[in-house]
Amino acid sequence: MADIGHTIESAREGIAAGSFSAREIFDEYRKKIEEKKDLNAYLSTFKFAEHGGGDLAGVPCAIKDNMLIEGEIATAGSKILENYVSAYNATAVKRLKEAGVSFLGKTNMDEFAMGSSTENSAFGMVKNPLDISRVPGGSSGGSAAAVAADLCVFALGSDTGGSIRQPAAFCGVVGLKPTYGRVSRHGLIAMASSLDQIGPITKTVADAASIMNVIAGHDIFDSTTVSQEVLDFTRNLEKDIKGLRVGVPKEFFGGGLNKEVSAKVLASIELLREAGATIHEISLPHTEYALAVYYIVMPSEVSANLARFDGIRYGHSSQKGEALLDTYLASRAEGFGAEPKRRIMLGTYALSSGYYDAYYLKAQKVRALIKKDFDEAFSPSADGVDVIVGPTAPTVAFKAGEKSEDPLAMYLSDIYTVPVNLAGLPAISIPCGMGSESNLPVGFQIIGKLFDEGTVLQVAANLERALT
Amino acid sequence: MLSDKDVQHIATLARIKLTSQEEEKFKKDLSSILDYIETLKRVDTERVAPLYQITGLENALRPDEPRPSFTMDEKLDRLLIGQAPDVRGHFVKVKPVLRK
Repeated sequence: MADIGHTIESAREGIAAGSFSAREIFDEYRKKIEEKKDLNAYLSTFKFAEHGGGDLAGVPCAIKDNMLIEGEIATAGSKILENYVSAYNATAVKRLKEAGVSFLGKTNMDEFAMGSSTENSAFGMVKNPLDISRVPGGSSGGSAAAVAADLCVFALGSDTGGSIRQPAAFCGVVGLKPTYGRVSRHGLIAMASSLDQIGPITKTVADAASIMNVIAGHDIFDSTTVSQEVLDFTRNLEKDIKGLRVGVPKEFFGGGLNKEVSAKVLASIELLREAGATIHEISLPHTEYALAVYYIVMPSEVSANLARFDGIRYGHSSQKGEALLDTYLASRAEGFGAEPKRRIMLGTYALSSGYYDAYYLKAQKVRALIKKDFDEAFSPSADGVDVIVGPTAPTVAFKAGEKSEDPLAMYLSDIYTVPVNLAGLPAISIPCGMGSESNLPVGFQIIGKLFDEGTVLQVAANLERALT
Repeated sequence: MLSDKDVQHIATLARIKLTSQEEEKFKKDLSSILDYIETLKRVDTERVAPLYQITGLENALRPDEPRPSFTMDEKLDRLLIGQAPDVRGHFVKVKPVLRK
């Protein structure tokens, strides 16, 4: 791998040893961000702020622009929030701050996290630092590009249907989506509340584990966070994987999977076997329905969550018309881009009178079957596996503009990540080499049992070692 | 296939004013997504209970004890109320609900 710049460990060590100060490393990154402005990875950048000590003291990081940092603008990639100033800190942000990080700025993203290429940002698309004619993936494309181009040490992203893992795969970095309920969503601008999770995008598996140690845990401001004890996420990183049971779902290697991606993923599975894991073919029979379920559940929740953007209390407000209704109709027409409009409309339709049973209720039932597939694959009583592995995305990073006119084609790039969100499971994407034809990074996905990030990180760390 | 009337009805429910070009585009887009979603009809869900909470949480209760919320100061005032387009004192002014 090319020079990846600082990891959390090297930044921490450098500051501790006096090789550079927190301020110096911050300024160095700010300079790099200026130099690589063309990537459009950042929407805003901050001045250096003094901070206390903590596990991450002085480590410069970036935050996806759908998370609130008190006193700073949070656009969520949308014109409707172009001038919106956050009144408080998101819990994940607050915890990073308490750990002593320096915030470099906020990263670009698909509008309201809706997209798989970061072409849907109202503030211009992000370029993939490895090939600027290609997309960085999305929706956390700005965060992934910033980490890949070493414009920060690490970044936070959010993942509703693959928005951390798919851009991490496209940019050749590590991205972890924690178990639903592991990290507080308080202060995350909501897209689909039963699916959204915040997670780290980093250069190494160990870094992802370190960030989880800071951001995970129960929060009184998010009732879906679980109160169970949070173990040290780094505890398994050095452990081997001898005898560990690895499941390979046959449904993840079907038609739409690109050959060079498939080759790299299969080679990585071989590495896991050589490291002592046992490989088992499994079946997740309802995988083919996951995307259809997702495109009912997610827009339904979107239509409810985005109802708050009405031009009354904050955000863009149209001055057209004479009555209150005109304010709503025009503010939303002027403020939202095409993809949020499309999804709000779809969700409104799915939830509208007479259609609820046929769409939303049906989808939640099939969602139960998708979860059951995973439960059975992981079931200890049925000789189940410890983790499930496969590709993160069916292709490497695609060209800008290639799929932007065809929503369904774009949606298909999340086909291996969406089932994981529907089942609430933790999953990581780590780079497993370059595609033989494109010479672009391929992402390897490792999916774990509910709240078993520990084993996911263990397998990821072993594969990372085997690959280098 | 959705009709023009369907699309207009959905847009009204969603409180988004669409241009005629958008109506055309969304009619096409939404219809093709809905066609794709039709595949769910193939799944037998006769005896399946719908899933609403993935980690099995039901109610997240806390003791019914008063706790401090936040105190309004000038800064919060500015951030919470001051971002409205039209403010009078502590109130947000909106256009008339009923048309004249």
